[in-house]
Amino acid sequence: MTTVPVDRRAARELARRRKARRGTLIAVVSSVVVLGGLAAIVLTSSGWPAVKSTFFSWSAFKTSFPDILKAFWIDVKLFIAVEAVVLVLGLVIALVRTTRAPALFPLRLLSTLWVDILRGVPTILVVYLIGFGIPALQLSGLPTDPVVLGGIALAMSYSAYVAEVYRAGIHSVHPSQRAAALAVGLTQTQAMRRVVLPQAVRRVLAPLLNDFISLQKDVALVSVLGPLEAFRVAQINAAENFNYTPLIAAALLYLAVTVPLARMLDRMQARSRDVTSGTVPL
Amino acid sequence: MSDAVLEVRGVTKSYGDVQVLRGIDLAVREHEAIALIGASGSGKSTLLRCIDLLDDIDDGDVFLDGEVITDPACEPVQVRRRLGMVFQAFNLFPHMTILENVALAPERAHGVDRREARERGRELLARFGLAGREDEYPDRLSGGQQQRVALVRALATRPRALLLDEITSALDPELVGEVLSLVRDLKAEGMTMLIATHEMGFAREVANEVCFLHDGQIIEHGDPERMFTAPEREETQRFLRRLLDARRL
Ligand SMILES: Nc1ncnc2c1ncn2[C@@H]1O[C@H](COP(=O)(O)OP(=O)(O)OP(=O)(O)O)[C@@H](O)[C@H]1O
Ligand SMILES: [Mg+2]
Repeated sequence: MTTVPVDRRAARELARRRKARRGTLIAVVSSVVVLGGLAAIVLTSSGWPAVKSTFFSWSAFKTSFPDILKAFWIDVKLFIAVEAVVLVLGLVIALVRTTRAPALFPLRLLSTLWVDILRGVPTILVVYLIGFGIPALQLSGLPTDPVVLGGIALAMSYSAYVAEVYRAGIHSVHPSQRAAALAVGLTQTQAMRRVVLPQAVRRVLAPLLNDFISLQKDVALVSVLGPLEAFRVAQINAAENFNYTPLIAAALLYLAVTVPLARMLDRMQARSRDVTSGTVPL
Repeated sequence: MSDAVLEVRGVTKSYGDVQVLRGIDLAVREHEAIALIGASGSGKSTLLRCIDLLDDIDDGDVFLDGEVITDPACEPVQVRRRLGMVFQAFNLFPHMTILENVALAPERAHGVDRREARERGRELLARFGLAGREDEYPDRLSGGQQQRVALVRALATRPRALLLDEITSALDPELVGEVLSLVRDLKAEGMTMLIATHEMGFAREVANEVCFLHDGQIIEHGDPERMFTAPEREETQRFLRRLLDARRL
C-alpha cells in the first residue's frame, strides 16, 4: 500500500491549473492577433468607407428592419410547414425503398426516380419549374399562391435528401436486430416500427438537423416566385435606397435561426458520441 | 408421425454455390435437450435459423408438433411465436429497457395487456436473478446478465421449444457459468431445447442426445456419455481431440 503524499498531490493540482491558465492565455492572444489582423486589413482598405456606408449604414438598417422582420414571418412559417411535410414524406419514401414487398414494386420504382431526380436538380430550378409550371397548366384545384407553390417545391427537393438520410439510418441498424425482433414473434412491420426505426432515427438525428438548417436558409429561394418574404423585401428595399444594409439585416435574421440550430446539432452530436461509447442511455 | 416436438427431415440449404446443410435429420422430443456440436462453420447457426424460419430451406421438411412449418403456405410469424430463439451475440434491443425488451413480444405479438405483460416480465426477471435491473438499458449490464435477459425475453412468450445458438461463446469465461446454470434450471423444469454449443462438459451433463454436425450432415449422434468417451466416426474423434488439445473438454 502506498499513498501519494499530500504535498505531491497539491503540486500536481497546481501544475494542472497553471497549464490550464496558460492554455486560456494562448487562446486569447492568438484570437486577438488573428481577428484583429483581419479587421485591420479590412478597415484600412481603400474601399472600406464606401463599403461601410452601403452595407453597414445604421440609419438604413433602422428604417428597413421592421419590414424585413415582418416579412421574415413568412419564411419561418414556410420553414416549419415544409419541414413537417419533409420529415413525414422522407420517411415514407425511405420505407418504400427499403421494403421488399413485391406489391410495392411500382411505388419503389417511383420513389427511386423521385430521389434520383430531385437530388440531382438544383433546388432553385425545382422552385422555378413548380412555381411557374403548375399555374401554367391552368387546372382548377391546383394551388396558385406562390408561397404554397414554393413550399411544395422545397418539400419535394428536401424530401429526397431526407429520405436518403433515413435510409442510411435504417441500413446502419445491424440485420441481427431485425432477426431478433422476428424471432420473438413480431411481424415485419412491427420489427421495422418497434425495433429498427427507433434505432435508425436516433442515429440520424444529427444529419436530419443539418438538413433542417439548410432548408431554413433555402426558404429564401421562394423569393424568385415573387412573394414578399424577408430576402425579397430586403432586396426591394436595397434597390430603392441604393444601399445594401437591408440585405445584412435579412442575413442577421436567418442567422438568428440557423445558429441556435447549429449549436443544438453540436450538442446532439456530442450526446450521440456518449451514447455509442455507452455512457448515456439512448 | 413421431411424438417429437421438433423434427427435421432431409433439410438442405445452400448459400449461393456453397451447400451448408446436406440433408439433416433430427428430432427433439418433449422435455428433451439435444446438443448440436460441430466445428465452426459446420452449419449449426444456419440449421437453427432455418428451423425458426429466419432463413428459407431448399429442400426437406421441419415439423413442429407434427405440423409442417416449412410449407410455403405456412405463416412464419405464427411459427416463430411458438418458438424461442437466443443468439450468440444476445441481440437485445439497445433502445429499450430490460423490462421493455422482455415485455415487447407478449404485448405486441401475443396481445397480452400491457400492464400484465410488464408484470409477468418483472416476475420472470426476478426468477432469473435480474430483479432491480428492469429499468436499465442493456449496455449497462455485463455480458452474462445480457444473455440471461435474452433468455428471459425468449421465455416470456412461453415457447414450445427453445433454440439456443452458442449462447455462451461471446462471453468471458467467468460469465459462462451463470448462463449455463440458467439453462440447467430450464432443463430441470422440462423445457424442450435444441442447443448448439461449444461447451462439451455442459452438453455431456444436460443433453439427452448429442448430434455431431460435420460437412453439412449429422454424421454421428447418440448418448452423450458414449459420444464423448467412445465416438465411432473418425471425424468425431478428430473434432473431440482438437477440443481436448484446446483444453475445452
Ligand atoms: N448469410 C450467409 N450468406 C452466405 N454464407 C453464409 C451465410 N450464413 C452462413 N454462411 C456460411 O455457411 C456456413 C455455416 O455457417 P454457420 O454460421 O451456420 O456455422 P456455425 O456452425 O454456426 O459456425 P460457428 O460455430 O462459427 O458459429 C459458413 O461457411 C458460413 O460462411
Ligand atoms: Mg454459429
